[in-house]
Amino acid sequence: MRLFATLVILGFRRWSTYRLATAAGAFTNTVFGLIKASITVGAIGAAGGTLAGYDALAGATYAWVVQALVAPVNVFQWNELALRIRDGDIAVDLARPLDPQFAYLAGFLGRAIHQFIPRGAPPLLAGALVTGLALPTTPLPYLLGLVSVVLGVSVSFASWWLVNLAAFWLIELRGLLTLHIVGMSVLSGLVIPVHWFPDRLATLAALTPFPSILQAPVDVITGRAEGTAALGVLAVQAAWLAGVLLLGRLVFARGARKLVVQGG
Amino acid sequence: MTEPIIQVRDLRREFVVRSPAGRLRRARTVVAAVDGLTFDLAEGAAVGYIGANGAGKSTTIKMLTGILVPTAGTVRTCGLDPVRRRRELARQIGVVFGQRSQLWWDLPLAESFRALAAIHRLPDATWPARRDELVDRLDLGAFLATPVRQLSLGQRIRGEIAAALLHSPRLLILDEPTIGLDVLSKERLRVFLAEQRTLHGTTLLLTTHDMDDVQRLTNRILVVDHGRLVYDGTLPGLSAQVGAERVMVVDLVEPVPDLGAIDGTRRVAVESDGLRHRLAFTPERTTAGAILEAVGRHGQVRDLAIEEPDIEDVVRRLYLAQVTGDGRVP
Repeated sequence: MRLFATLVILGFRRWSTYRLATAAGAFTNTVFGLIKASITVGAIGAAGGTLAGYDALAGATYAWVVQALVAPVNVFQWNELALRIRDGDIAVDLARPLDPQFAYLAGFLGRAIHQFIPRGAPPLLAGALVTGLALPTTPLPYLLGLVSVVLGVSVSFASWWLVNLAAFWLIELRGLLTLHIVGMSVLSGLVIPVHWFPDRLATLAALTPFPSILQAPVDVITGRAEGTAALGVLAVQAAWLAGVLLLGRLVFARGARKLVVQGG
Repeated sequence: MTEPIIQVRDLRREFVVRSPAGRLRRARTVVAAVDGLTFDLAEGAAVGYIGANGAGKSTTIKMLTGILVPTAGTVRTCGLDPVRRRRELARQIGVVFGQRSQLWWDLPLAESFRALAAIHRLPDATWPARRDELVDRLDLGAFLATPVRQLSLGQRIRGEIAAALLHSPRLLILDEPTIGLDVLSKERLRVFLAEQRTLHGTTLLLTTHDMDDVQRLTNRILVVDHGRLVYDGTLPGLSAQVGAERVMVVDLVEPVPDLGAIDGTRRVAVESDGLRHRLAFTPERTTAGAILEAVGRHGQVRDLAIEEPDIEDVVRRLYLAQVTGDGRVP
């Protein structure tokens, strides 16, 4: 546990050195929040005032909370492991007395903790000023929401880990990573809420871990899922996390077995 | 005698190389990077593992540390099967891959030590003392707070070596640690490594291209070529076997066209009408001092330099000796 905490802190510190990048990211998240909130509100208006349980304010809130979480859950990029496999630096990770998946999860969480306030606060602040936010007034949804965010970040990591492992077999991963980003952005509820999906797409989403990354924490934080429903959401997230992490371990073991460290 | 710290038997590792053949097909060739290697290393030994580029040195090291799975044969390091018990083994060995970094690139050096202490589960009561010893001996104090990405190569390598030694490993494996370093940095590193061995009795396995490293740090050498062990013994023994000669370059104040026969040397060249003489010799047959004295009888020596045989040359000679089958190179 002490080791895990140390690695989380290290992940945090690594990212805290890049202040300008963080500021630029926060600005981008906020601008996109503004665009998304308007589109969401517009769609709800066109649908006659409510859409799948979202009224205009709930829709705007959804858009802003998603923008606040998009950096911590890291939907857009994580290829650190793939690069290390390709360059052979994975040898250094394997020469250490610790489990690589465990170590990288800690670093990923450390990064998320760092991004949580500086990348999360500006979109929420902008949301409160521009459209207003419909957020719960009791502490419980936030508490459960925090757990849900940690689970969401971890599911995102597990999913990225699995995709990165393809580097054991392929040299060029850009196509696969792009496909993953597209799948993740659409099916996680980043673009529109999963609750708005037509039946077939909803079924498809439910068969992937992606809704557990963003839709789940947003539902819990905004109080759309409350009480036992919220616990149910957490349970689904935990199940996906366990499943995808386990799959990642198996694939990693297979990859390491056939490992060819390139370049001497 | 106790169990050897490294035990290698008939070790083999193949790589599949795919190259385009025709429009869609790809030819598949199997290349053996390591081919039937057998040797033991005793605890406390200091061994130089040398060979030309692509000879299979790094592949061997990766198999010794459990990073690469052997195609055939067996390895035991610190009494463990490296692949199956890689993490357990990692606690007992320190590795520096000269071309790779185990430090946290965007963080100060001091943070890497803290992380490694946690990774190796070193007790808080003892590891800071060990770190301070390494910081002192490797002179890291001035840049402990500098992010690793801003360190010079020499500084970074010193940091890497400290990182590999923080958990006081039984076995230290250095894969080309002095590559790219200037003469002074190399020398400081050698002094440090020799001192650590005296103090802690760490077993050392060193791959290098640098004959000086081998000479200063090791008492046994293994030469590998095309994945096979072609020599196992001492450095003087190797020089004797392949006749690896040093060359003394002597500059004289006044030209002397002919120095005559000097015992134990072979005339390689006379340059600038006798101002510069190149004399080859092996340390077993004569000494630099004796040659200098003999040359001094013919004229005043202005300057001198000694050129060491390079590893590629030694390996090439060894290979030729095996091909001709008589074990001695003409």
